[in-house]
Amino acid sequence: MSHATAVPSIYGLMAEFETPTELVKACKAAYAEGYRDMDAYSPFPIEEASEAIGFHKSAVPLVTLVGGLLGGASGFALQYWINVIAYPLNIGGKPYDSWPAFIVPTFEMTILFAGIIGMLGMFALNGLPQPYHPVFNVERFSNVTRNRFFLCLEATDPKFDLTGTHLFMERLKPLSISEVPH
Amino acid sequence: MAGVEENNLAVLDEAPVLGPGQTFDSVTDKISGIVLKRPIGLGWLAGLAVAMGLVGMLLMAVTYLFLRGVGIWGIEVPVAWGFAIINFVWWIGIGHAGTLISAILLLFKQTWRNSINRFAEAMTLFAVACAGMFPLLHMGRPWLGYWMFPYPSSMGVWPQFRSPLIWDVFAVSTYATISAVFWFVGLVPDFGTMRDEAKSLWAKRIYGMLSLGWRGSARHWTRYEALYILLAGISTPLVLSVHTVVSFDFAISILPGWHTTIFPPYFVAGAIYSGFAMVLVLAIPIRKVYGLEDMITLRHLQNSAKVMLATGLIVGYGYFFETFVGLYSGSTYERFMIHNRWFGPYALFYWSLILFNILIPQVLWWPKIRSNTKWLFGISLVVLVGMWLERFVIIVTSLHRDFLPSSWGHYTATRWDYAVYFGTIGFFTMAIYLFIRIVPAISIFEIRMLLPQAEVKE
Repeated sequence: MSHATAVPSIYGLMAEFETPTELVKACKAAYAEGYRDMDAYSPFPIEEASEAIGFHKSAVPLVTLVGGLLGGASGFALQYWINVIAYPLNIGGKPYDSWPAFIVPTFEMTILFAGIIGMLGMFALNGLPQPYHPVFNVERFSNVTRNRFFLCLEATDPKFDLTGTHLFMERLKPLSISEVPH
Repeated sequence: MAGVEENNLAVLDEAPVLGPGQTFDSVTDKISGIVLKRPIGLGWLAGLAVAMGLVGMLLMAVTYLFLRGVGIWGIEVPVAWGFAIINFVWWIGIGHAGTLISAILLLFKQTWRNSINRFAEAMTLFAVACAGMFPLLHMGRPWLGYWMFPYPSSMGVWPQFRSPLIWDVFAVSTYATISAVFWFVGLVPDFGTMRDEAKSLWAKRIYGMLSLGWRGSARHWTRYEALYILLAGISTPLVLSVHTVVSFDFAISILPGWHTTIFPPYFVAGAIYSGFAMVLVLAIPIRKVYGLEDMITLRHLQNSAKVMLATGLIVGYGYFFETFVGLYSGSTYERFMIHNRWFGPYALFYWSLILFNILIPQVLWWPKIRSNTKWLFGISLVVLVGMWLERFVIIVTSLHRDFLPSSWGHYTATRWDYAVYFGTIGFFTMAIYLFIRIVPAISIFEIRMLLPQAEVKE
């Protein structure tokens, strides 16, 4: 067992905290210590926690923008193609390309696509739906949707070492420390 | 609790958003317990039974409608729109308050919305579902409803995009879809809570699937919050556009009483007016029956009453200018339309509308009334009736006497009109009853954020 195995035998170590303030402090300490492969878990969004683990920018706004532009462009193109090329109708002598009349469906399609693609994009970037995840193996973790805050340092981090990381976590004074099996 | 609130008028102006002494545990237990722990009571069953009885009536009325056609309704030329469109506009308007609460108040950082946004959004979804039934049934051949959508058909024909009626199809279907997306996204973390709180295996499995495996990761929350704000941002113009487009159905025609530029803002204000009335009609009994007075506090009721007062005044302004423009226009037909509304065969409807929508709600200026749940409930019902009358007056009095006296007519609803209308009220009620027992009626994670314990101290 002298050489490191390719796949670590556990997913990581998890510390449990009682308040959001303690969680954020622990995240900052872990980041300062050099840990990068980690995640914080909480029952409600805590902006400071994701800042502390070094996650600043998400791609969700970009995905939503692309969705909206796609919807608007395709909505307008559809109407133009139908009312000018495929099936031109003379309605009250208006020009075939009476674009102001096309604005309402164009707007609605922009919103529709932005919303749907934004939602799918958010779930896809988050890797959801994901029914199984190693963190669920920790029994106490079920309180993450209730009243507890968790920091998980993952075994894939080059700095991770079962004994050393455990000692580091003890210094954070958590309620409990658990090994997260795969 | 309610008694203390109602007697202690001195502190009412500072009624808190959240009752004192709440913790992460108490909030979670209280809200999830309504679904997971509370036994099914006789009152709930009785209410559901009445609602389902009305749904049964709806199904019968619709079946007969399919067999015989729309001739069973009171509609005929010149009043070809009748109840179907009145009810469509009424229901879709009611839905608007849900989006206003969930989206616009979120953008304005009005945290008091966190306790009422979930069921207000549910109200939106169910109201839009009721609204959507009417144009479909009104088509006469609802099984051909898909002809409204642009698809490459073997007939080689396409929709005509210069018509506000086709804009309406896009506006309402987008509104329904985005409201559902907003609602579901808001529910995902709470489904995670339900999964972890549930004791029975099946409940765990179902909520687990609905939660998509939510685990509260900080990265997930960041993306989640970004999307939530974006959805609020796009829903805000959407909700304003929906009733604007609905009003275009009228305003773009040349009929006296319809052809007016004040319609879009006046319709949107009326929609929010009736929507908040429905929010109060639902919130007041729900907080009482389920003991949620600490989360849906008097503050929420007072704020909703203030929104009603404000939008009611905008609606009053709309009525005033409708009349002013009619009389000032110099057009014989416009002037006649106003005269006909005031003194014609439907004058009773018009004056009841003024009484219900403008005069009675003015009592909301008194803080004592705004803090009394019984008064608020009563006034909200009055406003809901008033807003229905408004749509009746707009549609029927404008259509039944337009330009040529030779083409005038009279409109009376039949029992089938009423059966479908009350049937949709039953459908709405049934959906609300089921909603309360199946999903958390208040957003749990957003309530946790309101607690002082949720603050990160640096």
